[in-house]
Amino acid sequence: MSLAIRFNAHMRTRYSAWNLLAASPRHDDWAPAWRDAEPKSHYDVVIIGGGGHGLATAYYLAKNHGVRNVAIVEAGWIGGGNTGRNTSIIRSNYLYPESARLYEHSLRLFEGLSRELNYNIMFSQRGIVTVAHSRHDLDSQSRWANAMRCNDIDAELLDAAQMQELVPRLNVGKDSRFPVLGGFIQRRAGPARHDAVAWGYARGASALGVDIIQNCPVTGFIKKNGRVAGVQTPRGEIGAEKVAIAVAGHSTVLASLAGFRLPVMSYALQAMVSESIKPVLNTVVLSPAVGAYWSQSDKGEIVIGGALDHFPSYAQRGSYGVTQQVLAATVEMFPSFSRLRMLRQWAGIVDVVQDSSPIIGPTPVPGLYINCGWGTGGFKSIPVGGLTLAHVLATGRNHELAEPFQLERFATGRLIDEAAAAGIAH
Amino acid sequence: MMQIDCPHCGLRPENEFHFGGQSHIQRPPLDCSDETWGDYLFARDNPKGDHAERWRHTFGCARWFNMIRNTVTHEIKAIYAMTDSRPAVKS
Repeated sequence: MSLAIRFNAHMRTRYSAWNLLAASPRHDDWAPAWRDAEPKSHYDVVIIGGGGHGLATAYYLAKNHGVRNVAIVEAGWIGGGNTGRNTSIIRSNYLYPESARLYEHSLRLFEGLSRELNYNIMFSQRGIVTVAHSRHDLDSQSRWANAMRCNDIDAELLDAAQMQELVPRLNVGKDSRFPVLGGFIQRRAGPARHDAVAWGYARGASALGVDIIQNCPVTGFIKKNGRVAGVQTPRGEIGAEKVAIAVAGHSTVLASLAGFRLPVMSYALQAMVSESIKPVLNTVVLSPAVGAYWSQSDKGEIVIGGALDHFPSYAQRGSYGVTQQVLAATVEMFPSFSRLRMLRQWAGIVDVVQDSSPIIGPTPVPGLYINCGWGTGGFKSIPVGGLTLAHVLATGRNHELAEPFQLERFATGRLIDEAAAAGIAH
Repeated sequence: MMQIDCPHCGLRPENEFHFGGQSHIQRPPLDCSDETWGDYLFARDNPKGDHAERWRHTFGCARWFNMIRNTVTHEIKAIYAMTDSRPAVKS
């Protein structure tokens, strides 16, 4: 007897107060959130990678463009890579107009996403505070906040007293190692629940007819007349009119299977969480100078993110040197956290591009498209990454938001160098 | 933390060193196409497996050397001079 839950027409699919009250006493009449599909022999579009970006691409292909003969092939399980490993902060505090437009559009899509997907993604716009520790930090953050305002994005400069009021646990003592002189806040930024974003898009895409195929790594590409015609997997060949790659840290691995190169390096980006405690931290706090940032999850854990490891890696654990540095900075910045017990530490493998900006569009192989290069900021860009990749897959033309973010920029020199503004050191 | 066997100083902890990018990149002729030049400047192998890379013992002897390191296990398989060509190692 199969243990798999099967769909039947009487099952509840829509999440609402009415359905919650009307459900059977044991709540066993809820439909599974998505179908775990077997691969068919051919699709209009095959998307490699069942993370947030791949799932969002499938959802917008089906929803906005009516392209429903779509498969997502995922090497592991959906949302099990960087989508489940990030610190879930959504923000649009970028410097250049091209990036500001892109990330602001993503933030706006996140603001409406719970309703759009009928799935509570728990987006909590509690603000992100960037801390200035020196005169230089104050100057560069004024420029940063002003650039954001020029792009119509909310940003407010804060003085030391306002910082203390917003983040009472912050070490603002005169003899602190990292003195707090001021900072700025983007109030519309904040964390969401990362699993819910993956599952919400998966559920939405599956309901529109998309096949989600898990445990199915892509081992090669099928080409006909120089054009991509499908993918090879241990579960057989899957034909496709178009193929899209959305695999973050593994982008160059897939690109080399397809026969082209990328300006991408893979690094471990680590994070860790403490045991759950009562509410002590009401905003996201970021210190670019110490290379760490802090927030408190709805469960009460202190979530700590660090800067990139210093060398390329595909090991999803992160190096001890960075762990030490991040924890030392944490204890300096928040002395009252010093006795917290840490529960977990891990890393995601992020795809860092030389100009710290993404690549969304066609590749040198006809019929093959890519969405990569989000580096340390992949989670917050899931909706816009999916939206713009779906647009180019369906129409053959780049979405206007993605137009500046093409692979050609590395030959023409039109780079969008966000390395200085991306919030955390690259 | 990796222990890196600096050819001049012996085994030292990873945080005394700096990673300096992929080794053995050859500059193309200066009259090459924009694509070739862009590829030289920006495109990298970034393999999942053995990677030939340059390191500098910044907080030690400050000298450069080459290393073959596995990017999944972080096992260091060879350390060799900047001017040597890439040695064969067991994968």
